[in-house]
Amino acid sequence: MEAHNRWFILLTIFFALLLSVMPLPTNWLWFRPAFCALLVIFWTTRMPQELGVGFAWMVGLVEDLVTGSTLGAHALALAVLAYFSLLTYRRTRAFNPGQQLMWIFVLVGIHQLLGNWVHSLAGRAVPGLTFLWPALTTALLWPLVTPWLHGMASRLQIR
Amino acid sequence: MLGLAATALILINLYTDWLDPVRERLSSLAAPFYWLTDTPSRVGDWAGEQLRTREELLEENSRLQHQVMLLEQQTQLLAAVRAENTQLKELMNSAESVDQRVLVAQVIGVSPDPLEHVVIIDKGRSDGVRQGAAIMDASGLLGQVIEAGDISSRVLLITDANHALPVQVLRNSVRAVAEGTGDLYRLKLRHLANTSDIREGDLLLSSGLGGRFPAGYPVGEVISVKRDPGHAFADVDVQPRGRMNRSRFVIAVIEQPSTELPAESGFEPESDSGLEPRD
Repeated sequence: MEAHNRWFILLTIFFALLLSVMPLPTNWLWFRPAFCALLVIFWTTRMPQELGVGFAWMVGLVEDLVTGSTLGAHALALAVLAYFSLLTYRRTRAFNPGQQLMWIFVLVGIHQLLGNWVHSLAGRAVPGLTFLWPALTTALLWPLVTPWLHGMASRLQIR
Repeated sequence: MLGLAATALILINLYTDWLDPVRERLSSLAAPFYWLTDTPSRVGDWAGEQLRTREELLEENSRLQHQVMLLEQQTQLLAAVRAENTQLKELMNSAESVDQRVLVAQVIGVSPDPLEHVVIIDKGRSDGVRQGAAIMDASGLLGQVIEAGDISSRVLLITDANHALPVQVLRNSVRAVAEGTGDLYRLKLRHLANTSDIREGDLLLSSGLGGRFPAGYPVGEVISVKRDPGHAFADVDVQPRGRMNRSRFVIAVIEQPSTELPAESGFEPESDSGLEPRD
């Protein structure tokens, strides 16, 4: 990886963090996609040799600080997410768009599940399966965002 | 390994307060994000101010002048009442109440977590805001500071499901504990006996017990009382006075008179909720 193009990865993470604290109407809060999870899947799938679980862990920790959630909650969720994403990056690349969408749903679902686990430790009950909504919205966002991200990454020669 | 580290971090964070100083230090890192996402609405406010017509401004001006006059008149009355109050308190040998120092702050963000009612304000320790400071708006109590960073703080609203505060009915000083429900427009009174004297329309004030909130600020209004003979406690719903999700400017009480339990109240011990208030 060219060191001088590393900033693009940080820039995308920065925007993901911005979007994840963007004020939304109360009723829409449940549907906010997990932007950081999406980026972690994208970057670990694109550059599995360079970016790993440690990268995801750091992103998660920063996300915890920014969103004010329990320290380590997102770090844990994103690290596990990155682990699964690294195990399966070859398959993820080969999937057709529909399969990819479902696979992203499963991955982000695991991420949400871990987040929900921490929530319940903190004594906040989540009604039913509502915590899975972000997994769905993230999966739907995936085909819209990734072509653009791939395009930018190739132009900047981040490989 | 990292998973273990994260789990350890979570557990330490949840069950001890060792990490609180670290969090407070690092929360200045989060402030710029909230500040940036708040920019569109600030631009909107600014444009709204700039694009007003002269007539609107004149109208607003005269309305405000009327309001100031009314308020001034009320303040005059208040001075006499306050003097009388101090005198009476002296007669009763009770603790003197000190004037509170307040600060106007602006809400710059809302916690992205739909399960918690937390807002972020643009004042922090550098302005004198401390953990536990009470936050209110023009109409009532909003919440308390749970994390004071250098330049911003996180405020837990009283409607959060994990929040409870000691209150008192204005009419007859019945004490109770108002608990958040996770609904922005509803509080519940916990463990209030079926026989206690409480009605719809009663105004609840903060009682100052627990030492967290200053006494005497409006918290909410009782909107429904259900008494079921089969249950030991009445089911009392309260609508909070403070406008939880609409206040842009809030007031932070940055110096409290005392943090000890005030023994000052001349209220009769007629409370039948034999419950220790908690914050």
